Amino acid sequence: MLSIILLSAFGILLLFLGFLKNRALLLPATLLFLLASLGAAFTDWNGTFAYFNGMMVTNKLSILFTVIVLLSAFMVVALSSSFLDDEDAQPAEYYALLLFSLVGAIMMISFENLIMLFVGIEILSVAMYILTGSDKRNLRSNEAALKYFLMGAFATGILLFGMALLYGATGSFTVEGIKAYILTNPTGGNVILLLMGLLLLLIGMLFKVSAAPFHFWTPDVYDGAPTLFTAFMSTVVKTAGFAALLRVLSGAFGSMYELWWVILAAIAVLTLLAGNITAVYQSSFKRMMAYSSISHAGYMLIALVGLSPQSKQALVVYSLAYSLATITAFGVLLLVAKKQSNELVPAKPNENYEVFNGLARQNPLLSFMMTVSMLSLAGIPLTAGFWGKFLVFSTAIDKGIIWLLVVAVLMSAVGIYYYFRVVIAMYFRDGEGGAIRVAPFYRFVLITATVLTILLGIAPGLIQGLI
Amino acid sequence: MLTLSLLLFPALAAVLILLVKGNATRQLALGAAIVELALAGYVFATFTPDAQSQFGFDYAWIANTGIRFSAGIDGISLLLVLLTGLLTPLIILSSFRQTYDRPATFYALILLMQAALMGVFTARDGFLFYLYFEAALIPVYFLAALWGGENRIAVTFKFFLYTIFGSLFMLLALIYLYYQTPAPHSATITDFYNLNLPPKAQGLLFWAFFIAFAIKMPVFPFHTWQPDTYVESPTPATMLLAGIMLKMGVYGVIRFILPIVPVGVDAWGQTAIVLSVIGIVYGSIIAIRQRDMKRLIAYSSFAHVGLMAAGVFSQTAGGLQGALVQMLAHGINVVGLFFIAEIIFSRANTRMLDQLGGITRTTPRLTVYFMIILLGSVALPLTNGFIGEFMLLSGVYAYNSYIGFVAGLTIILGAVYMLRMYQKSMFGDANTRTEDFADVMGTESYVLAILCFFVFWIGLYPNSFLTLTQPAVTNLLQYMGQ
Repeated sequence: MLSIILLSAFGILLLFLGFLKNRALLLPATLLFLLASLGAAFTDWNGTFAYFNGMMVTNKLSILFTVIVLLSAFMVVALSSSFLDDEDAQPAEYYALLLFSLVGAIMMISFENLIMLFVGIEILSVAMYILTGSDKRNLRSNEAALKYFLMGAFATGILLFGMALLYGATGSFTVEGIKAYILTNPTGGNVILLLMGLLLLLIGMLFKVSAAPFHFWTPDVYDGAPTLFTAFMSTVVKTAGFAALLRVLSGAFGSMYELWWVILAAIAVLTLLAGNITAVYQSSFKRMMAYSSISHAGYMLIALVGLSPQSKQALVVYSLAYSLATITAFGVLLLVAKKQSNELVPAKPNENYEVFNGLARQNPLLSFMMTVSMLSLAGIPLTAGFWGKFLVFSTAIDKGIIWLLVVAVLMSAVGIYYYFRVVIAMYFRDGEGGAIRVAPFYRFVLITATVLTILLGIAPGLIQGLI
Repeated sequence: MLTLSLLLFPALAAVLILLVKGNATRQLALGAAIVELALAGYVFATFTPDAQSQFGFDYAWIANTGIRFSAGIDGISLLLVLLTGLLTPLIILSSFRQTYDRPATFYALILLMQAALMGVFTARDGFLFYLYFEAALIPVYFLAALWGGENRIAVTFKFFLYTIFGSLFMLLALIYLYYQTPAPHSATITDFYNLNLPPKAQGLLFWAFFIAFAIKMPVFPFHTWQPDTYVESPTPATMLLAGIMLKMGVYGVIRFILPIVPVGVDAWGQTAIVLSVIGIVYGSIIAIRQRDMKRLIAYSSFAHVGLMAAGVFSQTAGGLQGALVQMLAHGINVVGLFFIAEIIFSRANTRMLDQLGGITRTTPRLTVYFMIILLGSVALPLTNGFIGEFMLLSGVYAYNSYIGFVAGLTIILGAVYMLRMYQKSMFGDANTRTEDFADVMGTESYVLAILCFFVFWIGLYPNSFLTLTQPAVTNLLQYMGQ
């Protein structure tokens, strides 16, 4: 829990650092803060601990999710050197907001009391609303922020309503309390009130992880937000959201599985279909990634539909693999899009598939890393993404939910289509322009992500052994 | 350990070639492939003909899950390992007269492909098999899409998506089987053999596996990717695809479908055989009408593999043995045929039969080599094709005499399209394109001579191969009898 406290303090400290003239200091300072918080997360490693009068509980699972979130944030921040060149940017505020949002993410991961879940979601979301709109002179960024905020506010309202109903039904806000109520009143009691509450709670949370049919904000927001924050949103928010869903469903509502799995399965199918099929028709890489993030929410939902002790493993591996690959992809996009940005309209870099044309000849290393990331997202063996899919599918096979898997497999094949469009553009099409200069640290981060992706693909036991 | 070196050596050689680059890449690649051939030859020479898996390597890959990095060679793997070992150096050698852009990448991909194929044929763990099954696709995809013909991007993409789509169902089937094994679960293939699955599950598993393998082979109606991909790919990639990769599908049927889901095969095997036989007739008839030599050979390959599939699904010892020998024989013949098509294309600048003719006038050596390989593919007695096709047909006939009769058309139709190709290209009057046709020389001669040697070896003395596979086939039939 030390990380929450550290992150809050560091965030405030960063705001003050912003007064200094020396902007170059901010990036290393933020990275250092993140490392410190990452280290602090491990102080709770051995065992289960309750904090703040039982409002939050950490265990190995929550710490692993925390580590994934902090690691993603570290990589995103490490790729953010372009802020420092931009006159309009206010890096100190951005970094501070990122740290604050991480506090929210960790609260979502390790909540015990539903109030903490709500507070966590709000802290995370408010920071994200601001960061989405941080490209102030860009209309699309403004539009994205407004859309995200309005829709997000609605979702939060629904979430709160759900919590209120749950409280009404069970008389408790805590995961343990709700669980105990369900166990003592297996059939009787306020089942309808309970189910309504769960449903509304789920809607609020599914909105955050962009599951269909609550996904309509995703493409516009991801597309409009500055690419770095898109990377942050699509990794940190999703990981935290699924960690929270896992805790709600397996902790509090595990014994009601029979009642909710069909609903969730239907949402998973809808999400898979909406995400994958729409992604095929995108001409912008960034929008494709937005739909692909919807589709990955669908795969991760399968692990919840097949809820079992295995689901924990599946979600940890999946979210780690997904985060690594997504950040690599956006990192490469940042470089490539910058090179090809339109001089006349500086606010709108070219983010279509064509920007990758011929990248393999100009910059073999970048295109190799991008290929690995696409392979991992597509779930091809020897990458981390394969084991993510593998474990997720395993949970549902164990439960015998074959029809869901058939849809998932078909959609995986569709996914390969749009991920490989990038590979085709890089390797088989001719492009113009020279090699891209990549700063050493930037390159180091991308290489680390790629190496981790391959390492986990070859030896997934490394992380599975931890849970 | 020997299996492990078979798996790792080509991959390491590929990495080395990528690092070294320079002028000597193809010699280096050839050297590596010859070393691999020597390893495969050693395996072949010292193999004990019993049903056991030999030269094995076993390592707990993912701790506590029962997923193992386990590879070994039994009678069913043996011939395919030999085929892979033999064809790769020949394919590399056959490319020596062409210059390919970025040779280091080109040859490294061929060697990576070899490593993956070896993995497919030796894996003893279901997930390891799946991994290599997918991994084999990536190098050949890049080979075809980087060095292929005009329409390569769209065509190879279709091929890639098609095959991945199929193998995803196999993945589901493997995960399902994994969870059926008694806890702690195991993914070892022989553990799958001992499961007693309910008939309904067997039916579903049959289709999950069948779609994966049928796309790979390909079996009618899953073949639409094949002719275009074969034509658009550069010839070495076509050779890898037709010579070796297609066998992955047949091998998969023998290794997975027959012993794991025998009840499923009882229920659906006939459907599979009928589809295969449709493929034989359909492919042959289309082949007869082709102008493009490469496309013609592609359809002939489609027809031949149909017979192999039908033989395997007949569940007879003859059909299985025949399929194993025929895989070896077909690999040799089809590589020879594609190579000859490439030789003709490189000299006459066309593969269209109506623009060729009269090549025999200036090419005594090519005429003989072409004839020998051609006779091998039309299954003339004393050549390699005869042994395999005869056993396959006897197997299918034993299963059902009507189907056997229709499948037998492959011999007649095969002779028609093959001899037509030979006649149109080699005989007749020379035209401006073929007037000064130079005979095969140097590396071309070596490749063709070696291939012809194997055509006769397998044709004259098949026992040197059959005795090695016999025990494994008998063993397999026992599992199916359960």
